[in-house]
Amino acid sequence: MGDHHHGPAKGISRWLFTTNHKDIGTMYLWFSFAMFILGGAFAMIIRAELFQPGMQLVDPAFFNQMTTLHGLVMVFGAIMPSFVGLANWMIPMMIGAPDMALPRMNNWSFWILPPAFLLLASTLFMEGGAPAFGWTFYAPLSTTYAPPSVTIFIFCIHVLGLSSIMGSINIIATVMNMRAPGMTYMKMPLFVWTWLITAFLLVAVMPVLAGAVTMMLMDIHFGTSFFSAAGGGDPVLFQHIFWFFGHPEVYIIILPAFGVVSQIIPAFSRKPLFGYDSMVYATASIAFLSFIVWAHHMYTVGMPIAGELFFMYATMLIAVPTGVKVFNWISTMWRGALTFETPMLFCMGFLVLFTIGGFTGLMLSIAPSDFQYHDSYFVVAHFHYVMVAGAVFSMTAAVYYWLPKWCGRMYNETMGKTHFWISFIGFNLTFFPQHFVGLAGMPRRIPDYALQFADFNMMSSIGAFIYGASQILFLYNVIATIVSGKPTSEEKVWDGAEGLEWTVPTPAPYHTFETPPKIDPAHAHS
Amino acid sequence: MSNPTSTEYEKYYVPEQSKMAVMATIGLILSIFGAASVMNDKTFGDGITSGSWTILIVGLFWFMAVLFAWFRQAIRENIAGMNSAQLKKSYVLGMFWFIFSEVMFFFAFFGALFYVRTLVGPWLAGEGEGGRMNGLLWEGFEYNWPMALTPQEAVGGAASQPIANNGSFTSAETTMAFSDAAAWYKWLPLWNTIILLSSSFTCHLAHMGILDGNKKKFNLWLGITVALGFIFICVQFYEYYEAYAHFGLTLNSGIYGSTFFMLTGFHGFHVFMGMTMLAIQLMRSLKGHFTADDHFGFEASSWYWHFVDVVWVFLFLFVYIL
Repeated sequence: MGDHHHGPAKGISRWLFTTNHKDIGTMYLWFSFAMFILGGAFAMIIRAELFQPGMQLVDPAFFNQMTTLHGLVMVFGAIMPSFVGLANWMIPMMIGAPDMALPRMNNWSFWILPPAFLLLASTLFMEGGAPAFGWTFYAPLSTTYAPPSVTIFIFCIHVLGLSSIMGSINIIATVMNMRAPGMTYMKMPLFVWTWLITAFLLVAVMPVLAGAVTMMLMDIHFGTSFFSAAGGGDPVLFQHIFWFFGHPEVYIIILPAFGVVSQIIPAFSRKPLFGYDSMVYATASIAFLSFIVWAHHMYTVGMPIAGELFFMYATMLIAVPTGVKVFNWISTMWRGALTFETPMLFCMGFLVLFTIGGFTGLMLSIAPSDFQYHDSYFVVAHFHYVMVAGAVFSMTAAVYYWLPKWCGRMYNETMGKTHFWISFIGFNLTFFPQHFVGLAGMPRRIPDYALQFADFNMMSSIGAFIYGASQILFLYNVIATIVSGKPTSEEKVWDGAEGLEWTVPTPAPYHTFETPPKIDPAHAHS
Repeated sequence: MSNPTSTEYEKYYVPEQSKMAVMATIGLILSIFGAASVMNDKTFGDGITSGSWTILIVGLFWFMAVLFAWFRQAIRENIAGMNSAQLKKSYVLGMFWFIFSEVMFFFAFFGALFYVRTLVGPWLAGEGEGGRMNGLLWEGFEYNWPMALTPQEAVGGAASQPIANNGSFTSAETTMAFSDAAAWYKWLPLWNTIILLSSSFTCHLAHMGILDGNKKKFNLWLGITVALGFIFICVQFYEYYEAYAHFGLTLNSGIYGSTFFMLTGFHGFHVFMGMTMLAIQLMRSLKGHFTADDHFGFEASSWYWHFVDVVWVFLFLFVYIL
């Protein structure tokens, strides 16, 4: 022990036993991409079944397992771990820390994920099939009428929660305790700010989710009646607890995406971020509001009118800080020296499409209108605009933006731009028509539909196959870059990029900032 | 140290490779797979198989062994002087936010209790905005807390209830609520409250002792704290025994039994964890691990102890008294 300056260990033990934030970040990123492909494969099965009306390929029970696993794998396996991976890689480098605050626990947060998802995926082969009650697992579908695999599912959720809580505690401790001297809170890059707030949300709501699945477990196996009216409980109680977790959860997914976009747009506008302070306050406001809007997912369950009104107005309030963010990003670009490399293109896609998703969110927030939209394909279109075009596009932008710093090689720009345009067209072809079929009354989570929805659904399916295929181009581009991309050793890969991560050598050495860097007090945040 | 600037900013100790994480993962995954198998055997199978028990028990022991080794390593690093002041602050932050996550876990169960008591109960009895439909489903159900008759019993049992069910729920003959003012001294929750509140006080006295460097005082009061925690758990077990054996109060006693056992059960489990943590600190103290200015293991455990104490105050108020 003592004062070592080792590079990485050799072989598999480097990855199994590592305490290095970059190794752990890399594992998170590859794992989340694998889950993205797995969840995407489930989506392809869904879209293939919906290509035409009538029963085509799979039986309805299996279709329900696909919608359930697609949602669970994408939310808990793809999007969340991908941003945790990014946090691991970038936060220590952005605040001038030698590593994460608690490196061994960091490794544990990662390593419990793969076996948990392996267990979850293995339920497909269990008797009774995989969970088929939707990713929101409403009781009593998930209790009285659940397949035996629900027990495995519950424990997997516990493990995923454990991983998220440990990861978040690590991020909070890192940001609060490991900033280089002079790196004050209001000088931190916005990606660090959004992750600090996200981590707080995670520590606050993952235990509530653990409580919800524990009540399910007790109802299923030990005769309690939390979600059974016959014993004095209430199935709607489940929805309240679930969405008390679930609504902050959607901000847990999107806030780091906001952070990424707030790093990339200034870099390619060659201007500092417009309204940094207001960005921080807007993020905090969104986080606060996320705790008091959960029942807008439940307008149709028969809440008292006062409840409907409260949750409606509180939800609409979120448009204010979100609007602040969107206007700040646009103002950042105003009169900037703009160029549109692949990361910037994905951010542009994010900006346009996330705003559309935000507006459909406003439509859904109006309780009387929601009575029509509820559980229709309009909702599916809405949340894919914010989840895919919001979170996944910004994550993709982040990979293109920082990949040269990570591996010291430049990706193929033409291929990157091609990936963007195919993704953009495929995505919109998939989800834009879903607004129309949803408003016309097509319910979500069904394997068959009425004839008048046939054309739009066929467009959706073709779009989904295009979007899915474009991710293979992405995978190829990333691997080709790592293996044989054009080497670059410039510290600042992008001429407009600001921040401490661009002051270290390229590729980033195994250990950065073993002693803290000097922060120029005059220099504003990046 | 080789680095010239390290004098002005203490070097943060980043541990070398560690097998702990992967070993702990093996234990954790075996435990959850075993637990899920045991429960599925019980509910959906033909009784629990010995294979399921074996996986669960091996997993739990494996997991505890890894935790022991992991903490031992962290303690040895601290004794070897590898932890800078900055690293110690990371541990403080870690413990604080861990306790916060525990608060939120209890929040879910208290939230369920409040929701059921203020909204669901009256609705099931046909009152209020949610009462229109329920009044038809559970005709004759009258709401009071603690629940004297479950909705199922009100309509004549599981067979005659109008909607699907997942079991039969029979209310308790006697509840844990405070009922007999003349025999207050026979009411166990009151004694448990006194025991647990005093244990928080003795824990604080122990803390005062170590801050003065008075190890004897520290060991004495810490020992008393652990003993009080143990007595609390024993009384709680006796209360559960009474509930099952004499009161007819079980997990199946409708929502009253569900919330009662889940809240007090998880609290009791946390008391057990806190007591174990403090007992380990006592053993460490006897081995001479602590000094007046370095005793974080004890401090973290004591914060946890005060936390379970505060949870009990809320439990006593909202589960037993009100």
